[in-house]
Amino acid sequence: MFDEMRLSDAPDSGCRDPYQEYAQWFGSEDPSRLRKKASEAEAFFRRTGITFNVYGAEEAAERLIPFDLVPRIISAREWSKLEKGIIQRVQAINAFLYDIYHRQEIIRAGRIPLELVENNEAFLPEMIGVDPPGKIYTHIVGTDLVRTGEDDFFVLEDNARTPSGVSYMLENRETMLHMFPELFSQIKVREVSSYPRNLRRSLGESAPASCSGDPVVAVLTPGIYNSAYFEHSFLADQMGAELVEGHDLRVVDGRIAMRTTQGYSPIDVLYRRVDDEYLDPLTFNPVSQLGVPGIMDVYRAGNITIANAPGTGIADDKAIYSYLPEIVEFYTGESAILKNVETWRCSEPDQLAYVLENLQDLVVKEVHGSGGYGMLIGPTSSKKEIETFRAKLKDKPGNYIAQPTLALSTVPIFTRKGLAPRHVDLRPFALTSPQQTVVAPGGLTRVALKKGSLVVNSSQGGGTKDTWVLEE
Amino acid sequence: MLGKTAGGLYWMFRYLERSENISRLIDAGFRIALTRSKSANDEWASVIRTAGVRESYEQKYDSYTATSVIDFLLRDSDNPSSVMSVVDSARLNARLVRTALTREVWESTNECWMTLKQLLARPVSERELPRVLDTVRQQSALVRGALHGTMLRTDIYNFARLGTFLERADNTARILDVKYYVLLPSVSFVGSSLDNIQWETILRSVSGQRAYRWLYPAKVDPVTIADFLMLDARMPRSFAFCYTHIAANLDYLEKDYGISRPCHEQADEILDNLKETTIDQIFEDGLHEFIGEFISRNISIGNQIENDYQFYGNAV
Repeated sequence: MFDEMRLSDAPDSGCRDPYQEYAQWFGSEDPSRLRKKASEAEAFFRRTGITFNVYGAEEAAERLIPFDLVPRIISAREWSKLEKGIIQRVQAINAFLYDIYHRQEIIRAGRIPLELVENNEAFLPEMIGVDPPGKIYTHIVGTDLVRTGEDDFFVLEDNARTPSGVSYMLENRETMLHMFPELFSQIKVREVSSYPRNLRRSLGESAPASCSGDPVVAVLTPGIYNSAYFEHSFLADQMGAELVEGHDLRVVDGRIAMRTTQGYSPIDVLYRRVDDEYLDPLTFNPVSQLGVPGIMDVYRAGNITIANAPGTGIADDKAIYSYLPEIVEFYTGESAILKNVETWRCSEPDQLAYVLENLQDLVVKEVHGSGGYGMLIGPTSSKKEIETFRAKLKDKPGNYIAQPTLALSTVPIFTRKGLAPRHVDLRPFALTSPQQTVVAPGGLTRVALKKGSLVVNSSQGGGTKDTWVLEE
Repeated sequence: MLGKTAGGLYWMFRYLERSENISRLIDAGFRIALTRSKSANDEWASVIRTAGVRESYEQKYDSYTATSVIDFLLRDSDNPSSVMSVVDSARLNARLVRTALTREVWESTNECWMTLKQLLARPVSERELPRVLDTVRQQSALVRGALHGTMLRTDIYNFARLGTFLERADNTARILDVKYYVLLPSVSFVGSSLDNIQWETILRSVSGQRAYRWLYPAKVDPVTIADFLMLDARMPRSFAFCYTHIAANLDYLEKDYGISRPCHEQADEILDNLKETTIDQIFEDGLHEFIGEFISRNISIGNQIENDYQFYGNAV
């Protein structure tokens, strides 16, 4: 097991380089003061209303994601490699999306099978031949990374639809600055607070060619009951953009316009946090109340930027994931800097046979699932659970992929009994415009608060940490 | 600004204002129940009527007792105008318009909600009641303080204020509507203890008993009280005060947006009427009719504002 802070399990073990200064500071702190700080942090989050809504939970419908006060620290050297890898991957994904909705060269070249795309629910035939403004599909990507050793980072998932969690990256840092200002004068940590400004710039650069003057940006939210509403309002606020819902918008003179106190006013870029399916009831789900009737026509006419573009889901689909190394190579001519986790596609008979044989050691995921639901973690499941899952798997093998159970790295959390290692993952956020791709130096570190647990999802008992990228 | 945002601000502040007003009504009812236990139940019935929730109350209870009325008005989720319900609604609207609020305004609203959620988690005993009612008013005052201290004076601020004053005017009018008969000269026995208590209750319902005494140390009579609550622009809960502000808030919007809308004319008419009329004239023409007319004009201008500024369909 790789701990990112300590060299070994021994109580007197030393620290790895990035944590040296922090460990020194921590050692000189009074634990009771830290405990007080921890409860202060919780009160702070509650007061500012940084909550997420839990579906189906009547009581306590708004919950806090637990925040741990020990930062996750990444060295400048480690970060520079991750950053390059993420930029490479995001740009390849964007090129892949353009290709897959146009000439499909990658399929013609026989690098990925046609069925995988054509029979995929995430592939939107409505997007074939559509040119998004600036040819950008993936304006915002949150790449999920896990680590298993000193130099072993793996991409677990490319969130290319509507990745969430960036507000925690920003608010966790604010909280840390508020609680421990002295730490930041001692240790040089790269700032993340320019993210909203960069997001605004990046979205502006992606505005339709017809847009003259300062592009008008709006954030489209499903509404105040959505689990990520806090983040939607937070980002709109920080960007100085309007926060709109579907019923605030309509098509006026071939453009998307929002209803203001002075009539309808056109917008150029829509940062939507509504899924493809609900975006346009005239094109997709006809009963959707969350979208804007006719927006796809405006989009096809090139008069609005939708970020991320409809149909990006085909790129972060778990079945496509296993081809990502080929995809990166095909479009960039380089081999992928970031590794994939070994993946068995259950749609292929020999791979399925291997998976069925080794269920107790594997993690099996639904191809379209997310949030840690509908998956099997072999090593921690009972015989009965494994057998139930085996039946589901045999029934629809194409719905699943399998991966080895990774020994995720740990970072200590602060507990009553002092520091205790817990498993973590990392989601950095990359912004892409026709001009450039930038990655915010940091990200969302999710941590499984239960000892030994590998599930970091906030809906299942995960917490978050501030993520520090050290300056050179 | 989005029409939805204007609507959210307007309703957020209407609901906050209502939370205060409901707590004042309970306070006044409680006071009279303590001093005149005989007709206490009638008093609670009139509190329920003033709050405009008689129908829903009677669906639930057969009689008017302090315990049931207080619980219904403070914390019943079946009552959309209970303090807890309106604070819930105020916060929902605040979330809806969060991008239009300063951090201070949002946090004080959220804190108001958290405090009351905890305070009203269980039925409130008589012993705790005064403290709880104080807290309700304090929390609402904190939000108002944050609004005054931190918000730009733009259309955002003006929509928030419109909600406050329309709700307040409505509330004062409803108190008078239910109690108008105690102010009528024909049934009053000047100086009788019964009337004094009734008059005091009215003043207490708008936190105006001290202000009144200050202005009129030796003159407790129904006509002066009616004048004080309707036409005296110095009294911050009077019709005249509320409409002076409503007209000013609408003036701002008219100048800012450069367009006059039907609601502007309506507000000016109501204000002119309040300025021109005298209390004697009102009593002569019929106090009850005047109040009833005021209430319906107040409702109608509210609808006009929603329409003129495109709030449509977004109030939570």
